[in-house]
Amino acid sequence: MSPFVPMVQSTVVAATPLIFAALGETIVEKSGVLNLGIEGMMLVGAIAGFAATLATGNAGIGFVAGAAAGTAMALIFAVLTISLQTNQVATGLALTLFGIGLSAFVGHDLAGMPLPGMEGVTFPVLTSLPLVGELLFHYDPMVYGSIILLIAVMWFLERSHAGLKMRAIGESPAVAHSIGHPVVLIRYLAVMFGGATSGIAGAYLSEVQTPMWAEGMSAGKGWIALALVVFGTWRPGRVVLGAYLFGGVTVLQLFAQGIGLNVPAEFLSMLPYAATVVVLVIICRDPKTILLNQPASLGRSFYPGT
Amino acid sequence: MLRLEPRTSPSHAMAIASPVIAAVAMLVTGFLLFRLLGKDPVEAAYIFFVKPLNSSYGLGELLLKATPLMLCALGLGLGFQANVWNIGAEGQLTMGAIFGGGVALWLGDSSTWWGLPLMLVAGVIGGMLWAAIAAWLRTRFNTNEILVTLMLVYIAQLYLSYLVHGPWRDPAGHNFPQSRGFADAQTMPLLFDGGRTNWGFLFGLILAGALWFFSRRTYAGFRLQVAGLAPAAAAYAGFSEKRNIWLALLISGATAGLAGICEVAGPIGQMQQQISPGYGFAAIIVAWVGRLHPIGIVLASLLMSLLYLGGESGQMSMALPSAITGLFQGLLLFYLLAADLFITFRLRNVRTTGQPDQAPAAPVAAASSGGPGATPLESSP
Amino acid sequence: MTRYTRVLGRMAAAVLLSCAALGAQAAGPLKVAFVYLGPVGDGGWTFQHDQGRQGLEKAMGTAIKTTYIENVPETADAERVLRQLAADGNELIFATSFGYMEPLLKVAKQFPKVKFEHVNGYKQATNVVTYEPIFDQGFYLMGIIAGKMTKTNTLGFIGSFPIPSVVRDANAFILGAKSVNPKSTLKVVWASTWYDPGKERQAAETLMGQGADVLSQNTDSPAGIQAAEAKGKYAFALDSDMSKYGPKAHLTASTENWTDYYVQETKAVIAGTWTGNRATRWGLKEKMVVMAPMNVAVPADVVKMVEDKKTAIANGSFDYFGGPIKDNTGKERVAAGAKLPVGDYMSMNWYVEGVEGSVPQ
Repeated sequence: MSPFVPMVQSTVVAATPLIFAALGETIVEKSGVLNLGIEGMMLVGAIAGFAATLATGNAGIGFVAGAAAGTAMALIFAVLTISLQTNQVATGLALTLFGIGLSAFVGHDLAGMPLPGMEGVTFPVLTSLPLVGELLFHYDPMVYGSIILLIAVMWFLERSHAGLKMRAIGESPAVAHSIGHPVVLIRYLAVMFGGATSGIAGAYLSEVQTPMWAEGMSAGKGWIALALVVFGTWRPGRVVLGAYLFGGVTVLQLFAQGIGLNVPAEFLSMLPYAATVVVLVIICRDPKTILLNQPASLGRSFYPGT
Repeated sequence: MLRLEPRTSPSHAMAIASPVIAAVAMLVTGFLLFRLLGKDPVEAAYIFFVKPLNSSYGLGELLLKATPLMLCALGLGLGFQANVWNIGAEGQLTMGAIFGGGVALWLGDSSTWWGLPLMLVAGVIGGMLWAAIAAWLRTRFNTNEILVTLMLVYIAQLYLSYLVHGPWRDPAGHNFPQSRGFADAQTMPLLFDGGRTNWGFLFGLILAGALWFFSRRTYAGFRLQVAGLAPAAAAYAGFSEKRNIWLALLISGATAGLAGICEVAGPIGQMQQQISPGYGFAAIIVAWVGRLHPIGIVLASLLMSLLYLGGESGQMSMALPSAITGLFQGLLLFYLLAADLFITFRLRNVRTTGQPDQAPAAPVAAASSGGPGATPLESSP
Repeated sequence: MTRYTRVLGRMAAAVLLSCAALGAQAAGPLKVAFVYLGPVGDGGWTFQHDQGRQGLEKAMGTAIKTTYIENVPETADAERVLRQLAADGNELIFATSFGYMEPLLKVAKQFPKVKFEHVNGYKQATNVVTYEPIFDQGFYLMGIIAGKMTKTNTLGFIGSFPIPSVVRDANAFILGAKSVNPKSTLKVVWASTWYDPGKERQAAETLMGQGADVLSQNTDSPAGIQAAEAKGKYAFALDSDMSKYGPKAHLTASTENWTDYYVQETKAVIAGTWTGNRATRWGLKEKMVVMAPMNVAVPADVVKMVEDKKTAIANGSFDYFGGPIKDNTGKERVAAGAKLPVGDYMSMNWYVEGVEGSVPQ
């Protein structure tokens, strides 16, 4: 069997949670808010999704629960940073820590329980096509969900009125506010959306990628998602491309070991992280690309006045 | 009804009260949580917060565990003041340990007076070099330092893993991933007999004093602070942003590197795969809980250290899950951040005059409301 | 300093008195403590040790009282935890990870009356003993099954870190496979982690993508089993029976049963017959290494073959590391008729013939 097909499949499954989390964060950041708490939201989403699926036997309900849990976490963040004007970086970090602790605490007794995992979607004719079927039509529903999300986010940011409004807020909340845009409301919604997708990303880990619950099972993926947003210069298409690239490099390094490449495993394991830095440098080298795409008010508190 | 409105000047009383409010709120939450778990809250509070300290050894451990947190947080706090977001102190700590530990292994059994100082210097340099990568990429290529410092954490840890599995493996250690133990001359002298607290803690205190002096009394420190509080003013005054970034990252890298070498030359005494259970990340919270102020950071590191010890104590005595520590740490920071609001804002009782609570008319952009108005992803224009 | 301590001590005493719940600890049951590297719910290594602890409690009833502390990193923290447990009156302490070795020896010196038991270590003292399961026996048996079940003659091994005991497992696995299927080869992928389900799954998929159709692992999560199940391939688990994660894929598992050892040691402490400076290595014979139930897919003749070898290994009549053994560069490591020297066994860092690649040095 050619190793190409499984490599692609492995990459897609590895990239899917990153796509969910990173696309959500793209929206959050486009509204001018920086939420560093993805890792925490993902873990809480993972345990919620796992517990709900375990209880109901329905993976769909699991994803809804994951999204709800992620949203609840994001709401804490929103109240603190948007209403109470706390520092976004510090609050995001606190959210991550809190999420790691909370998920471990809640999930203490659920560790070690199995879930059946999610069946792949079968498309009539398409799935059975040679090669193409294997490469494109062989995945669980959430993989296609991530593509639908990509299209939706692109449409929202580029084409919709609400998206335009949100971007205006991200550029200059003061100006947007003065022309009557509900800055606080929209930022709340954006942050909660980011929470929901991070929750789904987490639930994907505990329901599909490795159907089980384990403490800290996101293993740093939330941070990678964060990097992908800058990596993609806040453009959804590039963000998704970045996720596939990152997933691909991870799989590639394991592949290189499998064919007996004589390089210490640690150096190969560094590759995805080093590659992220290198690509970031290439993208950021021209300050214009960042300035043109980064929301101007990113990370700043906005006080709407009395 | 109650309304938030900005104070004309930040409240000093609240600045001091807010950590206390946060700690009390955390305790209250803890009480509820223990209740929920069916544990006696009073006993739990005793076991969590008092028992770890009721021996001189316990107090020594408090200081020992606080040392790396303090060292890392002092440097980070300085950077955060200047809006430089070094999230990767863990990686700089690891590199400090690698550089300093490398010197110790090179020295072997020789006992010279300059061995230990050389290790410390090497550790500091290691941390600085690792942070310098982020500084260089940020100033030269506008690459966001949050992400670069973070990615470098993973790389540093994998590099350490490579070293202890490969070149630095103890030849007499059955190929297990550990180096030889450092010679006595290459380990940190203890502060008290019977405990494990070493000179590292003193370094922390001295550093706190030095950084306090640096930020309050030197021109470079002043520049850093202005850059954080009012970037526009700093630019207007002609302060070089690049110089600030370099300074902030080099200092925070240096202190994290020092923390790393103090850890391996202190309580660990050899090179091994894991040297820090996440001090570099926890130090970010410490810096914040300590309001980015050197004295505050010293106190906050002791508090964080107590939370760790309390978590262990709670497990041993009450079979509490270990996750509680992380939960408490996150909560503490949440409460503190929320309480900080009242430094720059206050609640006022506003009479409602029939008017619905609609969108206000006059926009006020809050440029710097409480602490640095974070602009972490902003690149230099 | 002392005055401060005394004041604090008095304060503590006051708080202590006010807590009705805290009665004085009467000298009664033997206190036994366990130090765990991971969470008890990891479903693998730590979980299995905790099963042993629970088995001990069941066997000893009120004669003992156990305490465990989980998620203890192999950093400066380990020494404090061990010391605290000793100071709290635990008389027997089981430290269940290799990385606790140096801190444990330090604490053991300070508490000569407390008995310490260290898993997988190699340093003993008058109050320190080591114990370890002979994992490779389980891997050899799994290798036999793998050699019979493979269609591609390519086996896979997801390694954690290239330390001797893990290299040994990989070697035993391929030796077992080659004993029944000389054409089999083994691909090894190092995940550089003991526990990262996402990465372990990718490693499993990579190995399967390169033709491996039977996987083994010495990482801790069931991710490899799940990946094999999804791809319709076979896999072996370690530490715990993980068949529930992949009923079709899970051929068997090499698990550890710690209970008997823990009971033996605890009884020895109570009887006053416990001695230091011992190194216990238990395998199939002592039932510290236990094979999980075999998958129905394994043909009866293979089951029989495995059982026979199990008996032979257990009664000492068969040694798979007996010569002739060549490493994978063709160099003879054990001459025909000779035995593998203990030192070479303990610090093994070469692959036997049939493993691809080389051990990272």
